Amino acid sequence: MIAGLGLLVGVILGLMLQPEVPLWLEPYLPIAVVAALDAVFGALRAFLDGIFDDKVFVISFVSNVLIAALIVYLGDKLGVGGQLSTGVIVVLGIRIFSNVTAIRRHIFHA
Amino acid sequence: MSEPTGRERLLRSLKRPGSRGQITAAVLLAVVGFASVVQVQANERNDDYEGMREEDLVQLLNSLSSASQRAENEISELEQTRSELRSDTDSRQAALEQARERSTVLGILAGTLPAVGPGIVVTVKDPQGNVGIDQVLNGLQELRDAGAEAIELNSSVRVVAQTALEDGENGILVDETELTPPYTIEVIGDPHTLAEALNIYSGFVDDIEGTDIGGSVVIEESSNVEIATLTEPLDPEYAEPVESE
Repeated sequence: MIAGLGLLVGVILGLMLQPEVPLWLEPYLPIAVVAALDAVFGALRAFLDGIFDDKVFVISFVSNVLIAALIVYLGDKLGVGGQLSTGVIVVLGIRIFSNVTAIRRHIFHA
Repeated sequence: MSEPTGRERLLRSLKRPGSRGQITAAVLLAVVGFASVVQVQANERNDDYEGMREEDLVQLLNSLSSASQRAENEISELEQTRSELRSDTDSRQAALEQARERSTVLGILAGTLPAVGPGIVVTVKDPQGNVGIDQVLNGLQELRDAGAEAIELNSSVRVVAQTALEDGENGILVDETELTPPYTIEVIGDPHTLAEALNIYSGFVDDIEGTDIGGSVVIEESSNVEIATLTEPLDPEYAEPVESE
């Protein structure tokens, strides 16, 4: 309940404030968002499995975002930023899909 | 109570909010929602090159500069073609102009174009009917000698290179047309020279006004002699132009 409210509050805040993305953050923000989504779906799956732990959630969330940003940063420095971002997105996408599959099994038993 | 299913856990947490785990999840979800909305909006606003990587920008710049290079090449090619075409038209126009001028000159000489200009009008009266082609030919020859450019007899026959004269019953036959006295000779050329040419000693005027013929000649100098009679140009049947290199 509160978790859903939090999501709503975040979206409304973003819509209302409409902040400019700082230039240094621009390449990392999309990847970070996808990494965070991965963490969120992982947490939801863990919750439904009954093994949710808020500490694990926070740590996995922060580390996901940081590692994604780090990979992109490293890729940019190595000159393969575009390809590496694509790779990260693909991996995270696969993970999100598998998590969503598990969540679906829990909620719809299908 | 056995191990609750995922669905039951979800429902329970919806009914009893407030646990520490839920608040943590709420905060992190707010962060995710905020970040995604910001990114979506930045992405939609980013129709220019603001968010692009350095290498992409470099590539873009390269492709743009090569495209502009191509366009410039095309421009210079087209400009060259244009100037070629222009000079082509110019020279063609000059040739056309020259040909037109030449055809005008030749038309006047050949009698296929009407002509107007300064000249003289000679009226020959022949009360005794003694004027023949000898006198007329003589006069024409003298006029030509004096630079006559177009000659017309009695406002009905144009005298050109092919003109032939014959004695007729009541006058003279010029190109099959019978002319009767008084004869009018209209000539375009320098009026003074033409008049002088007819007036020379024992020339045309002397000849006709002499006692043998007993005619009279009136010469009028005019700044505007009009010659309207035309001849049909003939296609040479036997003569062909010599091919020149």
